[in-house]
Amino acid sequence: MRRGLVPGLLALLFLAGFVGLALIALLTADAGLPASSASAAAWFDVTVWRSLRFTLLQAGLSTLLSVGLALPVARALARRPCFAGRIWLVRLMALPLGLPALVAALGLLGVWGRQGVVNQALAWLGLSDPVSIYGLTGILLAHVFFNMPLAVRLFLGGLERIPAEHWRIAANLGLGPFALWRFVEWPVLRGLLPGVAGLVFMLCATSFTLVLTLGGGPAATTLEVAIYQALRFDFDPARAVALSALQIGVTLALLMALRLAAPAPEEGLTAGRASRRFDGAGWSARLADAAVLALAALFVAAPLLSVTLSGLAARPLRLIAEPVFQRALLTSLSIAAASAALSVLLSLSLISTRLAAQARRHRPLSLRLLAAATDSAGSLVLLVPPVVLGAGWFLLLRPFGSVGPFAPVIVILINALMALPFAIRILAPALATHRARTSRLAESLGLSGWNRLRRIDLPCLARPLMMALSFAAALSLGDLGAVALFGSQDLVTLPYLLFSRLGSYRTQDAAGLALLLGLVCLLLTMIGTPATMTSPHRIKEDR
Amino acid sequence: MTFNRFFLSLVSAGVLALAANPAAAEDKQLTVYTYESFTSEWGPGPKLAELFEKSCACKVNYVSVADGVELLTRLKLEGPSSKADVVVGLDTNLVAEAKATGFFAPHGVDTSALTVPGGFKDDSFVPYDYGHFAVVYDTQAIKTPPKSLKELVEGDSKEKIVIEDPRTSTPGLGLLLWMKAVYGDQAGAAWAKLKDRILTVTPGWSEAYGLFTKGEVPMVLSYTTSPAYHMVAENSDRYQAADFAEGHYIQIEVAGLTKSSHDPDLAKSFLAMLAGPQAQAILPTTNWMMPVAKPAEPLPAAFDRLVTPSKTLLIPSEEVAANRRAWIEEWLAAMSRQ
Repeated sequence: MRRGLVPGLLALLFLAGFVGLALIALLTADAGLPASSASAAAWFDVTVWRSLRFTLLQAGLSTLLSVGLALPVARALARRPCFAGRIWLVRLMALPLGLPALVAALGLLGVWGRQGVVNQALAWLGLSDPVSIYGLTGILLAHVFFNMPLAVRLFLGGLERIPAEHWRIAANLGLGPFALWRFVEWPVLRGLLPGVAGLVFMLCATSFTLVLTLGGGPAATTLEVAIYQALRFDFDPARAVALSALQIGVTLALLMALRLAAPAPEEGLTAGRASRRFDGAGWSARLADAAVLALAALFVAAPLLSVTLSGLAARPLRLIAEPVFQRALLTSLSIAAASAALSVLLSLSLISTRLAAQARRHRPLSLRLLAAATDSAGSLVLLVPPVVLGAGWFLLLRPFGSVGPFAPVIVILINALMALPFAIRILAPALATHRARTSRLAESLGLSGWNRLRRIDLPCLARPLMMALSFAAALSLGDLGAVALFGSQDLVTLPYLLFSRLGSYRTQDAAGLALLLGLVCLLLTMIGTPATMTSPHRIKEDR
Repeated sequence: MTFNRFFLSLVSAGVLALAANPAAAEDKQLTVYTYESFTSEWGPGPKLAELFEKSCACKVNYVSVADGVELLTRLKLEGPSSKADVVVGLDTNLVAEAKATGFFAPHGVDTSALTVPGGFKDDSFVPYDYGHFAVVYDTQAIKTPPKSLKELVEGDSKEKIVIEDPRTSTPGLGLLLWMKAVYGDQAGAAWAKLKDRILTVTPGWSEAYGLFTKGEVPMVLSYTTSPAYHMVAENSDRYQAADFAEGHYIQIEVAGLTKSSHDPDLAKSFLAMLAGPQAQAILPTTNWMMPVAKPAEPLPAAFDRLVTPSKTLLIPSEEVAANRRAWIEEWLAAMSRQ
């Protein structure tokens, strides 16, 4: 029987249907309008190629920097399992994700901008002209701010899953820091690298507001801008779909190459004891870790502090009292909760099916294809711009009368899809390790399918699950894109409210709302990263 | 298992919270499509609805999207089956495209008494307010603002301006057309010169104005009416618009009624109300644009201190629709040059 394959198949069908139907609707859209575009030959003009080149360049560099900087930070964090404020540092790394791009951009400019702290310090030191970050520098800075912390969290999860046995053996052998890195830590990180780098790359490739705002001019343009333009200003749905296809195709090719270059390693067997490290006791190692962590904390916290300060100046308490804020908060939280739950459910289905397919001894082509599809489908949805999905579903729902009542559902679905790659990156390695460790136990107990998930998997996976839920919720909370198209009076989310205040001169209100939004995200990360939780894989020691 | 219940309750809570829609009234209904800042609590929408409902024995329902461009996209997506009776918030640059959709019917409202600079007249669309694009500057950072577009283009490149992207925003397109109206065939060269002065190009007005009020940049492309907000609502003279010798490009906001309207007479009277003296008194201090007719009550004194352009520039909508792509390409080429 094809046991264990069904959930993933269903999830795949759902994803393919949701995205496919939207694209078909757009491609066949014929509202009886005069075509504003030229022939298909003009679709991929010189501007498109220029955008594509820049998209790949900035996304590649952003990924390299984000991932490269995340490695030492994650290692330092893993090496110091207990110090005062560690939990807050780990939580801090989950915060940027939940901020709308513009809020983060303003925060970054408070630090790195022409009037920012850095330039003021330079001016005080006697430098007359401000150092400008606009251009590729600004884009990279913003992308590292968003994605380095994300990569740290994903790497840290991997390092904390290293079996206790490895550390004990390493300590017995007296391995030095370099040997530890090479034989214990690097193999784990290398296994995570393709997934993490791929995710960061896709996030940067589809970046829109940050690239335009900090890019300094249209020379810095991503394909996403062209897609947006095609759909909004030119209303040329077919072109939007063609450009999306180009974006997906190129990125898919790159991700495949990445995967081939660094295949995932096998999971080691372990008793699942809470791991304890014995390295890094020397003062030089302590000093190095402290420096790395302090710099990372400063880099991530400073822009957030800037957002906080301008928010406090806006007297946020008065905003909380407004009914419109309370309604928006409730709407945002409802959407975030629903889409996070859906996202995690979809991820679990996809991952468990992939694992089931890979666990078989005989793997016919169909099974291998299924495994590959479940592996990449979750990530690729990120490359379909929400505005394209939204417009497609708008067309699909049009025959059913008013689209308004469907809007919340579509927004939830789109947000769930957007969060899918994050949830998968968090859950997949955790689930794989967990399965490798407990498969024999499950077999010996005769547990499978739902029972196994319930009795063995969920209790042990509480931590990654909470993390995935909170990440997905934060992401949905900070999202503006999906709501914007459907936006009507009945569906006002926090970011939508923030932008609407900003759009009518109420900059102060917007600053206050940004702070409140940040606080909600902080609350989410506190739920997602609780201080007191049993170590990830401590199965009771009564083997 | 509690875990499942947790999921279920999360999902159902979300669905319940979102399913709660305001109950529909029994009266006649008028569905007005507009942009978001129009219907926000401080925007003109609520007051205008109240004003109209006093006399019409009907209920005004707003459906709002992000901005004017989105409004047209929304109409195209919905097609002829749109529920809109009235569409409020398209601008002159979108008029030709909006007409081409064939969704709009002649409005039949007498607009002879309306005074719009440049003398906009149209069978399908009623103008209800307007604003001139302008460079707004921070008086604390700039002592001698540019006095013309030429001075802006050729001025000190260390004194920066933030503008909006014509590919994604209305003011961005406005500046593009302004440059075209002044420089004509030389617009590309002028952009290449202005490029050094441009700090960055944001996707929309909000981002640009946010950077400006944050103090990151001393000049922003906005409207002549922007200072009115700061003077009236914040009691501050800090931000002022620069008066340009060549004249200013105008943005006229218009409203129209759809062919699919189920009650064209009601829709017509809404349009008439929009251009009437009472609505014209509401619009300037809520939408922060200039009135097209004499308002019922005098405007706040701050409006007398605004820049009144010596000349109004406007390229006909058909010409814009025909050339927009080519002009944007020209802009891209000039701005992308290293």
